[in-house]
Amino acid sequence: MKRRTFLKGLASVGVMGAMGEFGISGAFAADKVKMGFIYVGPRDDYGYNQAHFEGKSAVAKQDWIKAFDEENVPETIEVIKTMESMINLDGAQVLFPTSFGYFPHILKIAEKYPKVMFLHCGGLYDASKHPKNVGSYFGYIDEPVYLSGIVAGHMSKTGKLGYIAAIPIPQVLRNINNFMIGARSVNPKATCNVVFTGGWANPVKEAESANSMVDQGIDVLTCHVDSPKVVVETAEKRGVMCCGYHTNQATLAPKGFLTGAEWNWSKVYADYAAMIKDGKTIPNLVRGGIKEGIVKSSPYGASVSEKAKKHADEVRAKFMDGSMVVYKGPIKDNKGAIVIPAGKEYKQTDIWLESMDWLVEGVVGTTKS
Amino acid sequence: MNGEEVGLIGILFAVLGGAIRVGTPFLFVSLGECLTERSGRINLGLEGNLVMGAMLAYGISYISGSPWLGVLAAAGAGSLLGLVHALLCQQPRVNDIAVGIALMLFGTGLAFFWGKPFIQPTAPHLPAISLGGWSDMPALRAALEINVLFIIGIILAPALAWFFRTSRWGLNVRCVGESTEAALAMGLKVNRVRLLSTMVGGALAGVGGSFLSLYYPGSWNEGLSSGQGLMAVALVIFARWDPVKCVYASLLFGGAAALGPALQSVGVTWGYYLFNAAPYVLTLAIMIATSSAKRRLPGMPGVFSNVK
Amino acid sequence: MMRHLETIAIPVGAVAVSLVLFGVFITIAGANPLEVFASIYRGAFGSWFAWQDTLVRAAPLMLTALCTALPARAGLIVIGGEGAVVVGGFCAALVGIVLNGVLPPLLVISSMVLVGALAGGIWVGAAGALRHYRGVNETISSLLLNYIAIALLNFFVVGVLKDPATLNKPSTFPIGDANMIGAIGESSIHWGLGYGIIVCVALWFLMRRTTFGFGVDVVGGNVRAAQLTGLPVGRLIVSACVLGGAAAGIAGMIEVAAVHGRANTSLNAGYGYAGILVAFLARHNPIAIIPVAILLGGIRASSGVLQRAHDLPDATTLVLQGLIFVLILASEALYGRIPWLQPKAPPKEQPVMQAKEQPKEQPA
Repeated sequence: MKRRTFLKGLASVGVMGAMGEFGISGAFAADKVKMGFIYVGPRDDYGYNQAHFEGKSAVAKQDWIKAFDEENVPETIEVIKTMESMINLDGAQVLFPTSFGYFPHILKIAEKYPKVMFLHCGGLYDASKHPKNVGSYFGYIDEPVYLSGIVAGHMSKTGKLGYIAAIPIPQVLRNINNFMIGARSVNPKATCNVVFTGGWANPVKEAESANSMVDQGIDVLTCHVDSPKVVVETAEKRGVMCCGYHTNQATLAPKGFLTGAEWNWSKVYADYAAMIKDGKTIPNLVRGGIKEGIVKSSPYGASVSEKAKKHADEVRAKFMDGSMVVYKGPIKDNKGAIVIPAGKEYKQTDIWLESMDWLVEGVVGTTKS
Repeated sequence: MNGEEVGLIGILFAVLGGAIRVGTPFLFVSLGECLTERSGRINLGLEGNLVMGAMLAYGISYISGSPWLGVLAAAGAGSLLGLVHALLCQQPRVNDIAVGIALMLFGTGLAFFWGKPFIQPTAPHLPAISLGGWSDMPALRAALEINVLFIIGIILAPALAWFFRTSRWGLNVRCVGESTEAALAMGLKVNRVRLLSTMVGGALAGVGGSFLSLYYPGSWNEGLSSGQGLMAVALVIFARWDPVKCVYASLLFGGAAALGPALQSVGVTWGYYLFNAAPYVLTLAIMIATSSAKRRLPGMPGVFSNVK
Repeated sequence: MMRHLETIAIPVGAVAVSLVLFGVFITIAGANPLEVFASIYRGAFGSWFAWQDTLVRAAPLMLTALCTALPARAGLIVIGGEGAVVVGGFCAALVGIVLNGVLPPLLVISSMVLVGALAGGIWVGAAGALRHYRGVNETISSLLLNYIAIALLNFFVVGVLKDPATLNKPSTFPIGDANMIGAIGESSIHWGLGYGIIVCVALWFLMRRTTFGFGVDVVGGNVRAAQLTGLPVGRLIVSACVLGGAAAGIAGMIEVAAVHGRANTSLNAGYGYAGILVAFLARHNPIAIIPVAILLGGIRASSGVLQRAHDLPDATTLVLQGLIFVLILASEALYGRIPWLQPKAPPKEQPVMQAKEQPKEQPA
């Protein structure tokens, strides 16, 4: 696995990894480094976009950085125009278009602006196909989701978990599967119902899904939508437990909050900024999980048992030393077919996992629309 | 939680509970629109009132600590938008539907602009009354967790019907909606009646918004409304401008919206996009089935009928 | 010339007043209004780059505005542009995928335009037909059709018609690079702008210079009078809706062929709703839609600059658009009331759309 070698390689630099690289002249150091951030939703959505906004706010505090951003930019030609506007009107040197669907649009203009770096959040960069001033960064958030699954498995009394998700894309399916595998490592009989709401932000449907699931006896809820606030609050209101996502939602559910999976973009953006300041080459591909500090778990809620904490902490240690493999055969999908045979294992960095289109045994749901 | 299998009956409870939870905003907006339309104006901008009301209610509740003050503020903002609508529409040649669309844009714009600081905080919610204490089924108890606003709405509907049928003012509203000329001949101040009807209607839509932000789903953000304010206008048509039928229509709508998630949560996972479209298809189907080009719809205020 | 004075002076005045109100609003929000106006200008029209930005954003609005403007000339208020964009784009993409490599690009693109227009036309035409033949309120039915179109698009794109290679952004298969609509010359503006202008001009000609256009205007003025004169009212109403829907369908096709290369959920990006505003500002005149769409495109293009330079939220331009919209509509009341704007011998220049609603205080 190529990516693993680069991961090792970059560990020495203190960041994550480089595959192809391109030079950044030290000339930036004289002037302020200008970084542009683009979000697909509102900055303060208590979720995905806010996580990036917090990262941007953290780097913006440095006096040698000028960071600016734009919110609610759709994944159409408008993002191209926003990027070009940041380059032409504000002199942006580095752009962080943070939504997955921005990538094809980035490719359309990257070659036109060879001096600008386009760092896309999503991990699609392919050195053989894409220009050198494009890069990708992403975090293995499914690692802390796995830990959430362990905690949920310990804490659930009914053994029935619920996952409220936007649409069945690989990123989402991988989180659901990690949650289920984590929970089943504790309680092999646990099940997880999935509701796809069909959109990234639909509060009424999210609340309705949460209520229906609680009605079905589900006692731990989690979600993968842009803003988990509604799901977490609804779970609290109905007196069931919940795991957060994107950012820390502990304060929204003081009784039932267990733990959650969070991004730590401030670290990623600070690392990029430091590299630019020092005139280092910017890696085209930056990825990492708990070990690299790109993702983390939310602090445990008050109700989490010592046993659950201990178990999750043990597994976290294994993620930290790199010995943890989630996708280790035999693994069946929820239609009974064996997707990973016994003896076969897929490490976290394996690209095969990124085209996931199946749900693991125990999940009640389908990947069809 | 006792983990018993609730299964299919759970869908029933979820749809029942959903009908009430999801239906309440529809109920308030449709009652408001019903009043406005009975006076002979269409306000398509109630979506703006709804969003504005949701934002303001949440913000005021957060600042003041009193959700009811928030509801009041939402009603105030709604009536203000209604006032603007009414004042513009009584000018010659100004089209009420277009003004509605414009005010919807304006209202949501303002709400998004001012609402930024209120996305993060948690505001005190409106209280609910538990009517399901007699049951030991948690699903049923949850479905019967009724918000006070819903109860107010349920009382308001027959009250409004009574208002139209028997009260003098109600008669005036109906008269103005039936025929401008006749109303003028009777010495009624047509514009003033319409202005008040639009303001009260706008206030009700604002209250509908406060339900969204202060009870269910119970938070403020820019994606909060998925067009409930617009759909409520459609509801009025198929409720035949009858406030009591607005209740049934809203419940039907809320239930239809709850059906998709409820089915998925019991494992019927196919076709959720289609189930989510169910309320819209249902409305369209009912409208097609019950409308006619030849005759005026029963209950339709006379000024809207342009029978060809 | 004189008789056009009013039709230009009043809208321009309304926009000016809304800018003043917006300035007050901005001041209350704590920003310097003059600087904000300067930024809007810089972001919208201040440079060749800004112009390209503006024009690219204006292109789809020209086409979606026609979806409200044409039915409005026949007296209907249709807000179904969004659905027509989605359906048109989706069907065009399907045709592109099937014909990719089978036919030469020119024919593939032509077929896509045709099918996109047809699909959008049928979609909005249905609302028109339901209105005329079943008495179903067209505003509501076209709104419902939007939701239904979006649900269908999602259903197919996330489901059966998904290209498995489009991992985390579900889309259909690509229509092929050869079949893409390119940029105009050296600019970054795609040819969608050309389509927009051509369709606007063509429909202006149709509405102003043909008996069809005249007939539609008569129907929009007074349905009963039109019926008495023996005009085929139903056919005119439905045709106006079909033409409007076809224009919006082409907007969807352009989104696919010039921007995404496939159909995906980004087709539903709000162009249809923005088009409603453009249509009303242009008072449903197809030729006026062109400059108004450019104005609106400029305001939308400047949103980013406002966010970055003044820390204003993205909703700022929404407020501005809302203000302009409200004031333009309010200004309808001024036609014929400002003495020094009146021509000597007044020709009957009725604002078409409003004519039907005109007898406000009389029986309908």
